[in-house]
Amino acid sequence: VVTGVSRFLGARVASRLAADPRIERVIGLDPHDPPPALAGLLAEVELIQADARAAAGALAELGAEALVHLAVTGAPDPQHGGRAAMKEQNVIGTMQLLAAAQGATRLRKLIVRSSTAAYGASFRDPAVFTEDTEPRAVPRGSFARDILDIEGYVRGFRRRRPEVAATVLRFAPMISSIAETTLTRYFAQPFVPTVLGRDARLQFVHVDDALEVLHRSVVEDHPGTFNVAGAGVLMLSQAVRRAGRISLPLPEGTLSSVAGVARTLGVGQIGLDQIDLFVHGRVVDTTRLTTEFGFTPRSTETAFADFIAGHANGAWLTADRLAAAERGILGSIRRVRAATTQDSTADVDEESEASVGAGKLP
Amino acid sequence: MSQDESRRALPGHADFVLPAAAAAGPVNGRRPVPFPAEQPDPPPSRDALDVWDQCVARGLSFLRRRLAGTYEVDDFGFDPELTDTVFYPMLRMLYRDWFRTEVSGIENLPDSGGGLVVGNHSGTLALDALMLSVAVHDEHQRARHLRLLGADLVFRVPVLSELARKAGATVACNPDAERLMAGGELVGVFPEGFKGIGKRFADRYKLQRFGRGGFVSAALRTGTPIVPVAIVGAEEIYPILADLKPLARLLGIPYFPVTPTFPLLGPLGLVPLPSKWLIQFCPPIPTAHLSDAADDPMVVYNLADQVRETIQATLYSLLEKRPDPFGL
Repeated sequence: VVTGVSRFLGARVASRLAADPRIERVIGLDPHDPPPALAGLLAEVELIQADARAAAGALAELGAEALVHLAVTGAPDPQHGGRAAMKEQNVIGTMQLLAAAQGATRLRKLIVRSSTAAYGASFRDPAVFTEDTEPRAVPRGSFARDILDIEGYVRGFRRRRPEVAATVLRFAPMISSIAETTLTRYFAQPFVPTVLGRDARLQFVHVDDALEVLHRSVVEDHPGTFNVAGAGVLMLSQAVRRAGRISLPLPEGTLSSVAGVARTLGVGQIGLDQIDLFVHGRVVDTTRLTTEFGFTPRSTETAFADFIAGHANGAWLTADRLAAAERGILGSIRRVRAATTQDSTADVDEESEASVGAGKLP
Repeated sequence: MSQDESRRALPGHADFVLPAAAAAGPVNGRRPVPFPAEQPDPPPSRDALDVWDQCVARGLSFLRRRLAGTYEVDDFGFDPELTDTVFYPMLRMLYRDWFRTEVSGIENLPDSGGGLVVGNHSGTLALDALMLSVAVHDEHQRARHLRLLGADLVFRVPVLSELARKAGATVACNPDAERLMAGGELVGVFPEGFKGIGKRFADRYKLQRFGRGGFVSAALRTGTPIVPVAIVGAEEIYPILADLKPLARLLGIPYFPVTPTFPLLGPLGLVPLPSKWLIQFCPPIPTAHLSDAADDPMVVYNLADQVRETIQATLYSLLEKRPDPFGL
């Protein structure tokens, strides 16, 4: 059973699982109809349109062996009821689903999608989070608070059903050439607002790698909590520059209020989570993932390069243009210098030395 | 410039004989031109031109790399390229020309692998940490980078936090220190913290309390040698005559210093006094055999005390070598 199949990640996971011959039946649970763009992917998946409450009954009847819980929303969606609905789906949905899973006797595996937002972000945190790091304080972003609640329910579930292999995957922000998330929309703008005087360390994971990890955790047995992120770090400013965008540094307070106004107008969905992330950054240790799964996600750099390749049209300050500008400036300086030295060829060496020294100043 | 002077400036070239006419002037600051600019046939302007041309080309390609974002940072946000090309040259001016720093015992730093450099902290603003990292980079034969551990306050302030991370610093906490040392980095720590840099001028060169010795347990857990280092000179750069505690509390900072020039002269008071600096690295204290004792408070406390005593003794011996704080 896969929840959240009307969304980008859920649909792809379900279709991948359906294509795997080791898995007999894949059932997609979602309160909404999948959008037409994703419907093609779900051809081989049995769809049940139900919310978490109704799904609870279905779960026991279906005799499901593995439950993949992906119906976790990162940002409030104004079309589906905003923040209230997001909390309803994330927290209440998970609670009801896990309550149902507790009663499903044939269940052997539970995979829950979490996020590295669970670590929060503050200036006092260690630079690199391992799975055992506890957040210093309750994060102020709504998504991070939801994630903490969800992980709390999973801990409770583990205590009550110790024989079920529960896997919690804490994903870094996902990125790819086609995926649409709050972050990809943010980096796709021509001018990217950043926080003045702060440069966050960011990590991404490629969507394909996230799918691979989810797939492996269904097919194989990997109980525990794992960080899923690409190795390496990109600074926010570096990422903006690599994407060929121009950063627009704003003081933290201004950025928060601008983001708040944009949220109420329904224009952008940059939440407090994201602002905290842009202020302090977040890097996680993926040693446990690579040793346990035997799989190394492609690096943050490669994942971001793939994203840039898919969003090249909005770029203004591209590497090619910069290289051309460099050659141009260097060429013109050489021409000017050649002209000045030709004027003074009649003079002795001492003189041209002096002109070099003088030319150095401007 | 005399022949002896130029010999000293060229390490490993003791039998290099300067030609009689020393015409190649100080093109590149104080150092002599490293290649023979004295050959009669090609005019010297040719060489100088190429040097300048290369400089421009290097500068432009550096700018392009920065603007295109094609550089690497590590998990802690350390940007070696920016540090080597921008931060260190700026600090080097202070280090060499302003403070006339002399370093001894650099061979006590490990050539490879982790190390924990523990120093005395002084000087109101933590300039001693920056000078120490320049000393490690410039004097050590492998030009190693010192990864400093900074107070929370540094990482709370915008701009400063960004610069600190890019220069290789991180928050002083055990997970970070252990991760850096396990990765084979040289880590610099000042256990006195604000007690050290915020002390009165009257208390100069008296080591303050060493906290709970968290740095020792981090070193023990990773089996990293501890290298004590004594820094003389930082106490005189901004002598604190008084500490306005209520004002400091109002501003949320650990102390508000009153020095002879600050706040009297305003921003001019930020110019450090040109004291003479001596930095001495002491022989390393191995810890590999004590890995099991990382949680034993007695072992940790004794080792912290040993480090503290070593630094204090070295400070006194260095002070005897430097009778005049502002002499050459």
